[in-house]
Amino acid sequence: MKILVCISKTPDTTAKIAFTDNNTKFAEAGVQWILNPYDEWYALVRAIELKEKDASSVIHLVNVGGTDAEPIIRKALALGGDEAIRINVTPTDPFTVATQLAEVAKQGGYDLILTGKETIDYNNGSVGGMLAEMLDIPYVALATNLQIDGTTATVKREIEGGEETVEVSLPIVISAQKGMAEARIPNMRGIMAARSKPLKVVEPVQVEPLAKAVEFGLPPAKAGVKLVSPDNVEELVRLLHEEARII
Amino acid sequence: MQVLVFIDHVDGHIKKASLEAASYGAKIAEQTGGTAEAVVLGNPADIDSLGKQGIKKLYQLQHDNLQAIDSQVYTKILEQVVQKAGSQVIVFSNNSTGKAIAPRLAVRLQAGLVSGAVALPDTSNGFTVRKNVFSGKAFAQVSVTSDIKIIALNPNSFSITEGDGATEIVPFEATVDAPKIKVTGSTKTSGKVALTEADVVVSAGRGLKGPENWKMVEELADLLGAALACSRPVADANWRPHNEHVGQTGIAIAPNLYIAIGISGAIQHLAGVNRSKVIVVVNKDAEAPFFKAADYGIVGDAFEVVPKIIDAVKKIKGIS
Ligand SMILES: Cc1cc2nc3c(=O)[nH]c(=O)nc-3n(C[C@H](O)[C@H](O)[C@H](O)COP(=O)(O)OP(=O)(O)OC[C@H]3O[C@@H](n4cnc5c(N)ncnc54)[C@H](O)[C@@H]3O)c2cc1C
Ligand SMILES: Nc1ncnc2c1ncn2[C@@H]1O[C@H](COP(=O)(O)O)[C@@H](O)[C@H]1O
Repeated sequence: MKILVCISKTPDTTAKIAFTDNNTKFAEAGVQWILNPYDEWYALVRAIELKEKDASSVIHLVNVGGTDAEPIIRKALALGGDEAIRINVTPTDPFTVATQLAEVAKQGGYDLILTGKETIDYNNGSVGGMLAEMLDIPYVALATNLQIDGTTATVKREIEGGEETVEVSLPIVISAQKGMAEARIPNMRGIMAARSKPLKVVEPVQVEPLAKAVEFGLPPAKAGVKLVSPDNVEELVRLLHEEARII
Repeated sequence: MQVLVFIDHVDGHIKKASLEAASYGAKIAEQTGGTAEAVVLGNPADIDSLGKQGIKKLYQLQHDNLQAIDSQVYTKILEQVVQKAGSQVIVFSNNSTGKAIAPRLAVRLQAGLVSGAVALPDTSNGFTVRKNVFSGKAFAQVSVTSDIKIIALNPNSFSITEGDGATEIVPFEATVDAPKIKVTGSTKTSGKVALTEADVVVSAGRGLKGPENWKMVEELADLLGAALACSRPVADANWRPHNEHVGQTGIAIAPNLYIAIGISGAIQHLAGVNRSKVIVVVNKDAEAPFFKAADYGIVGDAFEVVPKIIDAVKKIKGIS
């Protein structure tokens, strides 16, 4: 089986969120970059598990990004990808990213394409569905479990208030979230091996965004907490009832 | 502008998130001088009442191939509806169905997509929509430049309107492909209320010490008609199912009331809940970071405080 895992670079979960250039750009100074957790913990690790069961599988990683994405690509290779492709352009929006990924996906003839549920910075959750449409293949979003048997995938996906099990034939695109796999830490052997794994750089195709963030802002600060004594819990419930009108 | 709202339903009823999307779509039509229309694939019982949310016309398609939500099949149908209706703005709820279909339709129609919208579009200068970014720690104004625009509205970010309009139901015929996705089973989560749709969420963390102590949390949730949630370590330790895990790497929610019991309020947890309108924190440590993000707080032991909250709620609701 040929697997493609789409990996993205995001600010660390504890990064300070601020904006520069008249609030048009995320302030990158001092920010630590990580592999997007959904791509790493769920999409990639599940791909590795599938390969552990079927050693003939290959895992390709693909990233749309500049040279600054190479450390996270190497980390993904250390966890277990076989080779990586970097499409050399700074990502701006899901549509242009999906367009770039579709080029690589078409050439590779993949059976299974995995993305994360969303990137933790811009929270779009759009790339997987867009990519599936460009390839004209099925898309299962928000998967929490994935089993492959021959050319059939059995996937659990989140629906409101529960989960649904679906069956679908490969090739498919799947977006992964919690439940798919357990996070792993790269070991020394993986890190050493990653240095000599191929990382191919390809040039992007020409495409214009149809929607783009033009300005950012921070939500207004909270007024501050109103503390209620533990001996006066009725007061809290009264406040929620009368002041906030929610109970 | 001509608006088309996608109506999602489950168990024979329109989802609450779709009523929000309908109300939102109607408001856009009103603001921009157009008509609000909607489309439903299937036959939920309550479609007649969509007039209350301002929907003037509802395209309805019924077909055997719609049992499983196959985004590929649904997308091709919606394309045909959009062509017939001449829709310029298409609204989805950014729920599990919207997340599967909206990106596909965006590609098919070469339409710009704003997913996770939280406010009405600003049409004073182009067409921009506010969305959440950085897991609710910031927002972005997204400019859509294509002719057709698609918006996926976050659940709980727009109130359902209750007018007295009527909706005309128009049967719709379309080419419907055979689905490639087959549903073989489904499970409901433990709670009675869907987490992303809930008005009130009661959540607990590692401060509860073990899964055997969730009884009081469940009782409080039941009393309030609330959904249950938990912090990540609680789900990781299998004290609670993983679909209750909220936060940056779990589910993001925006209820009217979020009650956090024995949760420290780590930045990754806050990222999933900071859009809640009112946050109540119960924690025995006055220094817990969650108090900085809270509206109301009680510094105290959950095992003493939660039963007292239950009693007080019962009293106010007249239950003894
Ligand atoms: C990349 C990354 C992503 C993450 N994503 C998430 C996420 O999505 N969601 C998430 O929740 N976490 C996430 N985390 C974990 C997060 O950093 C915290 O570790 C976690 O939220 C802590 O859970 P907790 O508050 O339940 O436990 P703790 O931090 O152990 O806090 C327990 C709290 O309970 C209080 N307490 C103890 N006993 C009592 C009592 N008897 N009565 C009242 N209060 C009591 C304590 O004072 C303490 O504040 C992530 C971490 C990383 C690194
Ligand atoms: N620049 C990128 N390069 C490769 N994959 C990406 C990139 N951006 C997003 N993805 C993939 O698409 C998923 C959803 O991203 P998004 O739609 O931007 O929230 C991510 O979890 C990744 O798997």
